[in-house]
Amino acid sequence: MATVGSVASVAFKQQYIPAAKRGPITRLLEDERRLAFCLMLPTVVLLGLFIAYPFFNGILLAVTDTRVGVPGHFVGMDNFVKIWNDDIFHVAVWNTCLYTFVTTVFKLALGLSLALLLNRHFRGKAFIRAFILLPFIIPTVLSTFAWKWMFDPTFSVLNWMLFHAGIIHTRINWLGDPVMAMVSVIIVNVWRGVPFYAISLLAGLQTISPELHEAAAIDGARAWARFRHVTWPLLLPVTLVIVLFSVIQTFADFQLVYVLTGGGPANATQLFATYAYQLGIGTGLLSQGAAISLAIFPILLLVVIVQLVYIRRTETL
Amino acid sequence: MARVAMRSLNKKYDEVHAVIDVNLNIHDQEFVVLVGPSGCGKTTTLRMVAGLESITSGQVSIDEKVVNELPPMDRDIAMVFQNYALYPHMSVYDNMAFGLKMRKFDKPEIDKRVKVAADILGIQELLKRKPRQLSGGQRQRVALGRAIVRHPQVFLFDEPLSNLDAKLRVQMRVELKKLHERLGTTAIYVTHDQVEAMTLGDRVVVMRDGRVQQVGDPMELYNQPANRFVAGFIGSPAMNFAQVRIAAENGSLWAESEGLRIKVPAPITPRLGRYAGMEATLGVRPEDLRIAGAGDAKDLGFDVAIEVIERLGSEILLDVAVGSATMVASVEPTVTARVHERLRLAINPDRVHFFDNKTEAAI
Repeated sequence: MATVGSVASVAFKQQYIPAAKRGPITRLLEDERRLAFCLMLPTVVLLGLFIAYPFFNGILLAVTDTRVGVPGHFVGMDNFVKIWNDDIFHVAVWNTCLYTFVTTVFKLALGLSLALLLNRHFRGKAFIRAFILLPFIIPTVLSTFAWKWMFDPTFSVLNWMLFHAGIIHTRINWLGDPVMAMVSVIIVNVWRGVPFYAISLLAGLQTISPELHEAAAIDGARAWARFRHVTWPLLLPVTLVIVLFSVIQTFADFQLVYVLTGGGPANATQLFATYAYQLGIGTGLLSQGAAISLAIFPILLLVVIVQLVYIRRTETL
Repeated sequence: MARVAMRSLNKKYDEVHAVIDVNLNIHDQEFVVLVGPSGCGKTTTLRMVAGLESITSGQVSIDEKVVNELPPMDRDIAMVFQNYALYPHMSVYDNMAFGLKMRKFDKPEIDKRVKVAADILGIQELLKRKPRQLSGGQRQRVALGRAIVRHPQVFLFDEPLSNLDAKLRVQMRVELKKLHERLGTTAIYVTHDQVEAMTLGDRVVVMRDGRVQQVGDPMELYNQPANRFVAGFIGSPAMNFAQVRIAAENGSLWAESEGLRIKVPAPITPRLGRYAGMEATLGVRPEDLRIAGAGDAKDLGFDVAIEVIERLGSEILLDVAVGSATMVASVEPTVTARVHERLRLAINPDRVHFFDNKTEAAI
């Protein structure tokens, strides 16, 4: 023990004494450009390793005919031509757009209503606000498994409730019917996404001065007019950012559909991400999977550009 | 234009009784100022008139009509807020037009009214700008414009000048006064600044802890404060107070304390008689103290030591020690005095106030 202690103290001394003066590293970092570089380095490494490298590797993969265990050769745009002519890919594109559009509309409408309600004063406000976030906090895979059980063809608790409430007379085949399967994944996505909208929009609402509502009330605006002419225009920049995030996430959604339906029945809920996974990992056609993943890119880029331009416009209002 | 009446107006929050039995009759075309320290209930009272705050008990009527249950928009009032409350996403023009649009005025009429108001306030060139492109003073004008385009029965002002710098505040104060003279609309104005209250109000209502302390025209409040609070609140620098013992001697009364002994002026003597042998509060304004000359009566003067000299240009304020107490005297700018110098001050006998120690009411 004694020797360990003395070694440690010697090491400490050796490190400490030169640092008391201005060491060469300190002098190097006095330069702001070098300091900035050092500060950015961890982020750059992380982004490079986990975003940029896979992205470029994906591009390289997509122009070969690599399969699992088989090194590929350069085949140019063959994979893109293949998926362009692939009927299932068309279904996946359509499904993804429908899924994203419908869920975004519902998440925005429900999230906004919830935010407006939560922005009022009532007892237990703080508790409810925290409670609302639950679906967002629970890992998606876990909550989706719970939903899967609720949608179960035999044990569906939803069917049981609807049946006993006298609303339905035969059981609904939630995940087995192509249309109902899409409805189901949309329901779960909306359920999971509403809290994010509600809390973010609530934060936005709280930046709007209550005096503006009072001024508008005195100016003769009724509740709806106050929302339309005061609340909504002032909330718009925040709303656009939230929608932007949400659209990107929903467009590339994977876990929820993978757990709930696996893309089925008969590709009725197949999305970009699930199809890319199925083809690339499931079937082993790595290059085609990569090509599908890349196909999302231009669509999302377009969405992002349009929204960013719009956000900038509303911000300069 | 209208009369506004408040009868036994009360506002209770869970724990706090914010406004207590306020009775007030505001005449047509009158400019009434509610003034008091923060938390005195003045803004709550105004907001109850506006309809932004529910009324716990009592009655508010505008032009003989009880408005307790009417929403703000149906009370025919306009309000100017402390932070202007301009709609940030609308141009100045749209801010002013909003109330008219909501009330379904036709376009030419809206246009005419906005232009007239902009003319009155000198903001014609700003109509296309957004609020954040305006200075504080300009925003204040737009807020005023938004109120006047509506031709409401009553204007309500909630500390409208408190966000402006001192110089602008004085300027806007004068303009508000002119505007009121021009439009003649009944106005209720809330402020914590007694100078604003005195300069703007036809009548001033002093409030404290939810209760009205005194209602009167500015000079009435200044000359005959109803109690010690009003006396101390109105006037700048504030009135001096001293704890004195009232002593009867040879048929006249004397107010005595450490370092001070003055004869109670004859007009007050009858009222003060029952305090003989008791303590009371003496009040005298700094401007009613002067450096005693040869002609001043001996029994109205007392000796002091100068502690601080504040030279304001138009006057000099002397902070003086009277026994262990301190007082402020406002004297001519020509007076030459030095710190630590001892001199004799004389009280203007017509302007001495006495207050009951327990009730604080003027004697």
